[in-house]
Amino acid sequence: MSDMLKVTVDGVEVEVESGTTIMQACEEAGAEIPRFCYHERLSVAGNCRMCLVEVENAPKPVASCAMPVAPDMVVSTTSDTVKTAREGVMEFLLINHPLDCPICDQGGECDLQDQALGFGGDASRFEDNKRAVENKNMGPLVKTIMTRCIHCTRCVRFAQEVAGVPEIGAIGRGEDMEITTYLEASLDSELSGNVIDLCPVGALTSRPYAFTARPWELRKTETIDVMDALGSNIRVDMRGREAMRIMPRNHDDVNEEWLSDKSRFVWDGLNTQRLDRPFIRRDGKLVPAGWDEAFDLVESKLKGKGDKTAAIAGDLVCAEGQFALKGLMDALESPHVDCRQDGAKISGPRGNYLFNASIAGIEEADALLLIGSNPRLEAPVLNARIRKRYLAGNFPIASIGEAVDLTYKAEFIGAGADTLADLLAGKQSFADTLKNANNPMILIGQGALTRDDGAAVLASAIELAEKTGASFNMLHTAAARVAGLDLGLVPGEGGFDIAAMQEAAQSGALENVILYGADEIAGASLGEAFVVYIGSHGDRGAHRADVILPAAAYTEKQATYVNTEGRGQMTEQAATPPGEAREDWKIFRALSARLDVTLPYDNLNELRAAMNEAAPHLAQLDEIIAADAPQAPLHDGLGTEAFAYAVSDFYFTNPIARASAIMADCAKAKGARSDAEGTGTDG
Amino acid sequence: MSVRRLNEEQPSEFAFTPENISWAEGQIAKYPEGRQASAIIPLLWQAQKQAGGWLPEPAIRHVADMLDMPYIRALEVATFYTMFNLSPVGEHFVQLCGTTPCWLRGADDLKEVCRNMIGEQGEITEDGKLSWLEVECLGACVNAPMVQINEDFYEDLTAETFEQILNDLRQGNEVATGPQNSRRASEPEGGLTVLKGDT
Repeated sequence: MSDMLKVTVDGVEVEVESGTTIMQACEEAGAEIPRFCYHERLSVAGNCRMCLVEVENAPKPVASCAMPVAPDMVVSTTSDTVKTAREGVMEFLLINHPLDCPICDQGGECDLQDQALGFGGDASRFEDNKRAVENKNMGPLVKTIMTRCIHCTRCVRFAQEVAGVPEIGAIGRGEDMEITTYLEASLDSELSGNVIDLCPVGALTSRPYAFTARPWELRKTETIDVMDALGSNIRVDMRGREAMRIMPRNHDDVNEEWLSDKSRFVWDGLNTQRLDRPFIRRDGKLVPAGWDEAFDLVESKLKGKGDKTAAIAGDLVCAEGQFALKGLMDALESPHVDCRQDGAKISGPRGNYLFNASIAGIEEADALLLIGSNPRLEAPVLNARIRKRYLAGNFPIASIGEAVDLTYKAEFIGAGADTLADLLAGKQSFADTLKNANNPMILIGQGALTRDDGAAVLASAIELAEKTGASFNMLHTAAARVAGLDLGLVPGEGGFDIAAMQEAAQSGALENVILYGADEIAGASLGEAFVVYIGSHGDRGAHRADVILPAAAYTEKQATYVNTEGRGQMTEQAATPPGEAREDWKIFRALSARLDVTLPYDNLNELRAAMNEAAPHLAQLDEIIAADAPQAPLHDGLGTEAFAYAVSDFYFTNPIARASAIMADCAKAKGARSDAEGTGTDG
Repeated sequence: MSVRRLNEEQPSEFAFTPENISWAEGQIAKYPEGRQASAIIPLLWQAQKQAGGWLPEPAIRHVADMLDMPYIRALEVATFYTMFNLSPVGEHFVQLCGTTPCWLRGADDLKEVCRNMIGEQGEITEDGKLSWLEVECLGACVNAPMVQINEDFYEDLTAETFEQILNDLRQGNEVATGPQNSRRASEPEGGLTVLKGDT
C-alpha cells in the first residue's frame, strides 16, 4: 500500500494516498473544482486549464487535474488568484465559443454554460471576429457543430481508450485545431453515443434528438435497459407520452457510465409500430377487436387443450410476465414452455447460465477465453470493460470463433468445437495459460449453444473451467433470459423445446402456440397452429399471430429483469402503455380467469410475493446472489462445425430496434462503411 | 497560419519505392518494439519527397499502415507540422522567410517578385516549375533576406538576384546556393575585418 499524505485544502486537512491528484484531494475535502477536459474514466489531458488552483510556494497556479499531491501541500481553491485565473481561462474559452445558446441543444445541461455562470467574468473584452469551424460528419448519431468545440479532447480520448476505435483526432494546431474523424467517416463503434454525454459543450450532440426538446421540459424516469443482457442503468426522458431520449446512469458494477448505441437511440422504436389494441385474424387479415372479442377467440381455442398448447417467452419480457405465463401454463397442465427462443441448449443449476465472475469481476481476471462470443456486438459495454482490463496489461485473451475486431487483441485459436476439445485434452497451449493464471475466465456466448451440439459445448466449457480453475461465465444476448431460466420456463416432463414445438406445430400435435414477445421465430415454422401473440410491437410474431393481445414495453411497466450476472433490477414506469395495451402479467391473469384456471394473484404485489417465493433471489434487487457451482450436463459428442456468433445485425436484434428508424440509419451507415472498405476507394 | 486541408484532388494510391521501403525499415528499426509510431515524421518526410514535395492522402495512409497506427493519428501529425505540404507544390518550391529580420532587410520585395513571377501563395506556375509560400524564421537571419528552395538556402537576396535565381531554376540552369552577394557563408560583407593574421 502506498503512503498516506496530509494535504490542506482551503484550511481543511485531508489524508489522501500518494499519487492522488490535487483535484481528487480537493474533492475529498469538499471543494468544487470546475473542469472541462478532465474526466475520471479517461486519461488526464490537462489542456483546458479550468481546474487551476493555488498551491503554496508554487510560482503560479497549477492545473489540479494533472498534478499529484506532495506531502503537506497547502492548496487554495478560493483565493483571489484562483478566481482571477478561472475568469481568465473562461474568458479565453469563450473568445472562440459562439453565443448561440438559445439554439444549442446542450442548453440547460451545458458544462460551459454552468461554469461560465459560476466561475466566469461578467463581460467579454474580445472585439475581433470569432473563428468559425466547418461541421464534420460523424455518422447518423452524432451531430457536430464544431464552432462550439473547446478542444477538451474528451471525445478523442474516449474513442481511443474506452471504445477502442481510434478514429477521432485533432488535426491542425493552435487556433486552427479541429476535431474530426479520418476523412469524416462515421464512427465505427457501438459506443459512439457516449461522446455526446462526454462533450462538455454543444459541439457533439445527439442527431436524432436535435431540436426536439429542452432538458427542463422532460420527465425523467430512472430505469433499466433491455437491449442486451447487461441491464445497463438508464434514464428515460419523456415529454408527454413520447420518449424523447435515453441517457445512461452511473452504475459502477454494470455499465459504469457508458451505454451502447442501441440502448441509447432505440427510443424512437418505442413510439412506432406499437400494438395499441387487440387484433384478431379474420379471413387472413388482422382486424382491430375488443379485449372481450379477442379473449373469446382465445378461450374457444385453448380451453381444455392445455396439452396441445405451447408457450414461448421472448427476449425483452420481464420476470413478472414470465412468471405469470409459467403459472398459466402450469395451470393448463402444459409442459410445453420455453424461454430459449434462440434454441440455446442451456440446462443445469443456476451457475450454468450466469456470468459468475460478475461484470466488475472482469477487472480482476488475468486470462480470458471467449467461446463462440463476440461481446463487441452482444454487449458493447461489457466489451469496453474487457478492453479496460486489457489496457491494464498482462491479460492474454483467446477466442474460439470467427476472427473479428474486438477492439482489443485476442488470439483466435480456432473456429469451432474441435478447438474446445483440444483445449480440454490439453493439446492447445492456451489451456496452460488458463491453468497458470490466478483468476482466469471463460466466457461463452449464445452462438456456441444454439447449435445441435450446444449441450456438449456447454458441458465441455464447464469441464474446461473446472479443469483449469477458471470461472465459468455465460454472456446472454436477451435481457429476459436469466429471469426465464430462474423461473423455470423450460420444458417440463415430456414437454417440447423450441425445435420440438415447431415440429409438433407443423405436424399438428400442437394446436396452439402462445408467443410472449417472441419475435425471432420464423412464422412459417409454426405450421397451422393457432398463434396468440402477446407483446408490444408489430413485428414478426404479430405478423404470424391469429390473435394479438397488446402488452407494455420495458419503459411502460414496473418490472424485474435479471441481467447476465444474475443481478435483479427493477424498471420504473416512464409512461403508460399505449391505447388499450396492458401490463403483461395482467393479460395472463385475465386470460387465466377466462380459461377457468384463475392465477392466485390480483395485483402486482401478490404476484411478486408468489414469484419471490419461487425464486427468492429476485427479491434482492441489485445484488448478485452466489449461484450453485456450474455442473456439466449430460450430452452427446461435440461437433466440429465453426461457431457462429449470436449477433450479426447489431442494430436489428429485437422488435423495438427493428421498429426504430434511427437503428435503420445506423445499419445503413455501417453498410456504407463496409462497402467503402471492401472496394478500397475511400479518399 | 491558416487552416490546412488535404488537397481536393488526390492520387488514387501511393506506395514507397523499394529503396524507400528499405530506408523506412531502417528508420523504424531505430525505435524499440511497439514504438514504431515514433518513426512517423521521417517516413512522412520521405513520402513527401517521393511524391514530389507534397503529401498525398494515400501516402498518409500508407505510412500509417507501415507503422501500424490509426490513420487519424498520422493525419494529426501531417496537419500539425506546416513543413508537410498537403497540396502539390512546384518543382522548385520556394519557402520565403517573412519574419522580422528578413522583413526588415527587404523580404517584402522578394514577395513582390514571387507574386509577379509565380502568383499568389500556393499557386503553381503553369509549367509546374515554381510555387511559393511565406514561412516563419528559417534560422538564417544573419544572411537576411533569404529563401529556401527545395533543400537549399539562398541568402542575402535582392529582388534582382532572386528573380535571376527563379529564372535560372525555371530554365534548368545551374544556380549557386548560399549568399548571393560577395559574402562567404556568414562572414562579414567585403571580407574579414578581424582574425586576419596567422595567429
